[in-house]
This record gives sequence, structure tokens and C-alpha cells, in this order.
Amino acid sequence: MNATADDRATMIDPVVVARGLDLTFQTNDGPVEALKDVNLTINKGDFVSFIGPSGCGKTTFLRVMAALEHPTGGTVSVNGMSPDEARRNRAYGYVFQAAGLYPWRTIAGNIKLPLEIMGFARSEQEHRVNKVLQLVDLEGFGKKFPWQLSGGMQQRASIARALAFDAEILLMDEPFGALDEIVRDHLNEQLLALWERTEKTIGFVTHSIPEAVYLSTKIVVMSPRPGRITDVIESPLPKERPLDIRDTPEFLAVAHRVREGLRAGHAYD
Amino acid sequence: MRNLLPVLTVLAAIIALWYVAVAPMNIRVALDQAERAGAAVTPEGALPRRALSVWRLMLANPDQIGAGYRLERPRLPTPEQVGRELWKTTGEMALRGRAMSKRSLIYHGWITLQSTLWGFLLGTSLGILGAVAIVYSRVVDMSLMPWAIISQTIPIVALAPMIIVLSAQLGIEGRVVPKAIISAYLCYFPVLVGMVKGLRAPAMSQLDLLQTYNASGLQAFVKLRLPSSVPYLFTSLKVGIAAALVGTIVGELPTGAISGLGARILIGDQFGTPLAIWAALFAAAILAGALVTLLDMLQRVTLRRMGMAA
Repeated sequence: MNATADDRATMIDPVVVARGLDLTFQTNDGPVEALKDVNLTINKGDFVSFIGPSGCGKTTFLRVMAALEHPTGGTVSVNGMSPDEARRNRAYGYVFQAAGLYPWRTIAGNIKLPLEIMGFARSEQEHRVNKVLQLVDLEGFGKKFPWQLSGGMQQRASIARALAFDAEILLMDEPFGALDEIVRDHLNEQLLALWERTEKTIGFVTHSIPEAVYLSTKIVVMSPRPGRITDVIESPLPKERPLDIRDTPEFLAVAHRVREGLRAGHAYD
Repeated sequence: MRNLLPVLTVLAAIIALWYVAVAPMNIRVALDQAERAGAAVTPEGALPRRALSVWRLMLANPDQIGAGYRLERPRLPTPEQVGRELWKTTGEMALRGRAMSKRSLIYHGWITLQSTLWGFLLGTSLGILGAVAIVYSRVVDMSLMPWAIISQTIPIVALAPMIIVLSAQLGIEGRVVPKAIISAYLCYFPVLVGMVKGLRAPAMSQLDLLQTYNASGLQAFVKLRLPSSVPYLFTSLKVGIAAALVGTIVGELPTGAISGLGARILIGDQFGTPLAIWAALFAAAILAGALVTLLDMLQRVTLRRMGMAA
């Protein structure tokens, strides 16, 4: 790939590189600029949060990385490939807001779904299911059906499903958005631990400022009409993050900057 | 058990209403017969009685009301008479080893059941195939769906004779095929509509997820769309099998058929044997109930196996 001097100087191992990315949807009300001139580099091992009001293009950007949407201008590469090629190489696992587990499959059966589709051997499937169930703290729940699990556990199962085929990148679209605050805190903690153990690169869309600041090494603040990046904050917080880090001045300073960025980019008219 | 009381109350109310209705329905016939037998009835003569309402006839001849419950050819038989006729033409004949006699409703029910099942099989297959085509092709959706809806606006009694004549023209022997076609014509529609809904049930994110796995269209169909549609399918099948039975009976009505429950109803009408009509009607209702119950049980077992106990 043709990395610029700027890339080489500042980035060690870029996983996602977007340059001048535009995406315009043609709707009945005329064209909608979901993304306009988006430039972003995500490095290996980064935890990147995308935060902004509805319509700022944060989900769209995640979907572009996943090749679920295709940009109308600019370039984006994932692991040096086009998103479509990266998908064929099983580069990423995707987690949606709704856990979306199949009610007719057990938890283990749900985690096997991508493995079946990708043609893993049967014994390998079992092995991997057990491994990821352990990763998300759901050992012993493999034989349960989704309705027998709480919402938080279901979402953990869906994360396990995304991890099952060893994708290096985890793309999460408001995965905890439908859960209550207490469960959410718990899952945030677990997600951080998981990220540390697996050294995945994570792209995480959220509406919550504390969530974004608590989780991320890099916070991307976006604003709507047209969808664009208004600020990219490299978090000064240490990698080790207990929940009460949220009361420290460093944490509050970052949260304040995110809030400022949101306010600047978003005219409340 | 808590539900038993209301269920039995409704049943008792229906039967009571039925018994009450027998008196006015049969009073004229009862008076005609009584007069012929030499009893005194007021007013005398069938013609003057025609001018009076059944209520006034009952008031004038309270002694004859009871006779209306014992007629051989009543306008409206009592539930007990229907039950007895039903037993006479089913259980009793079976006990005498004549279950498949031409006078047995078991025989006629079997004829109807066969056509119903063929029609059901045909209609269900067409419905499912049509639904798959509609879900996967916008062109088919726009071109097939309106015709499917229009097809259900044509009264089946108008269409049935045409199908019989047409299949005879095509040299198709017997009545099994045309009856199955009429039956399929009624039963494919609920299956089509239900399956379209079922196959479209998966959320957009579910389909997106499969796309991130690089799943093929066939994999998406087998692993997601098909299992999603199962609850819808069973609901449609229950509606469909009842419709298939109605279709078969309609197919047996105006077509000169001599066997099948529909033919029994028509023959009972032509020969003035209302008991035979009612017995055949009840046999059809019992058959429909049994078929729907069977599918319901199958649905429960299947959904429980799939972990989606309703």
C-alpha cells in the first residue's frame, strides 16, 4: 500500500486507513451525505470509539469498514486490502445492538453459525466454541437457548460468536445500547479485559460519553449533516482501568473535551 | 381445568339454543303429519296454516310441539338425532365390519380425506415455492402477488365446475385430480402469504451479519430464512388444511360425484333426508377438527425441538 510519509512517521501498524472518504445515499428526499471527507487511521490493537448524535455517520463508517456499505468517494483499506477482500479473509467480527441470536439454536449452536458457514471442521468447531465461551465468561451455558439467558449474557454470547473465527478486528455497533446502566458497566469492564487478553483491534460505536472515554484509546467525535469527524482524541488514560477511574480528573478532562467536540459540531436548531 | 367451566358453558348454551330452535323449525311439518294421522289441529288444512307464523301455530297447538322433536324428516333435527345418525353411519357400521360400505360415512370421509390431503400437498408445495420466488425476486413479487390475491376473490363454487369440465376435456379420468386441484386452489393462498411473511421475518441486521460471514444465498436461506419461517408455516398450514377440506367438499358438491362427504350432503338434499346432510356436515367438521389438531400437535413438538416452544 502507498502509505504517506505522515503515516509512517506516526503509525506503527495501521489496520484501517480511510482517506477522503465520502458516502452519499440517494433517498427520496434527495441525496444525504452520510460521510464527507473522512480521514482516519486505526492502528493494530487500538480501541476506537465513534461518538456523535444520530445521523453523524458513525454506524455508516463502521459498515463501510465491514463492506456492508460502499463509499461513493475516497479510499478505505482494511489490513491493506479493500473491505470486501478483508471480509473474505475473515478480517473482522461484527456485533450489532441486538444480540440477534437464533432462537432455534443453543448458545453453542449460535456460536457455531459462522464456523459452519466458513467450513470449519466439526471437532475444530467444538474446540473454538469452548474457547470463546470461556473468553466471555459463559462456560456451561453452551446448551442453553437464548431465551434462557439475560440480555447482557445474550450480548456476551453474540460477542463470543464474533470472536469464534479469530477475526483480528471487532466492530461493535452500540452493542450495549439496549442494556441498563449496571449491566452495561459490568460488560464494559469485561470488554476491556477481553480486549487486553486477545489484543484485538476494536471499533466501537456508542452514544455514551462515559462509555467512550472509559473504553477507548482513541475517541472519534463526529457530527451530522454532513457526517464528518470533528475531533480525534488520543486517550491519556492508562491501559489498566478500574471502574472508579471515571471519577479522576484525567477522565473528566477527556469527557469534557468529547462534550465540547460534540457541542461544536452539532448546531441544536 | 379452570378453563373447563367456560368451555362447557358455551357448549351447553349452543346445544340448548339448538334444542329450542327445533320447535319452531319443525312445527309445520309436525302439524301436517298429525293432521294426516287424524289428530285435531288448529287451524285445519295446510293452506290456512301457511298464513300463520310458527309462533302462533305453536301457541294454538301446544300438544303437537313435542312431535316436532320426533320427526323422521325434520327441517331441523335435534342434536340427539344427528348424533344417532352419525353413530349409525360410522361406529355402528364399523362394528358390523361394514366401515367401507357405500352407506358408511367412514367410506365417504375417507374419499374426502384423500382428496383433501392431495390438495393440501399440492397447495402447500405451490404456496411454499411461490413464497420463495416472491421473497427472492422483486419481479415475481410484483407480477405474482396480485394474481394470487385476485385468485381468492373468485367464488370457488363458480370455479369448481369449470375445473371439473376442463380436466375432463384434458382426458383426466376420475375425480381425484380435479378435486385435489380445487382443494389446492383454496389452500395454497394462506400458505403463500404466511411463508412470505415468515421468510421475510429475519431482521436486516440478521442478514447483514450473515453477509459479514460471506454466507452464500443458499446458506442464508437454509440457516436463517427457513428456520425463521417455521412458526409462520405451521399457522398457515392449519388454516390451509381446513381450506383444503372445504375445497374438496365444494368440489364434490355440484359435480355429480357420488362419493365423498360433499356428495352425501348434496344427495341428502335431493332425497330430502336432512339427517344425512347433518351427519355428513358433522363428519366434515370432525374431520377438519382432527386435521387441525394433528397439525397443532406437530407444531408444538417441532417448535419445542427447535427450542422455540410457543
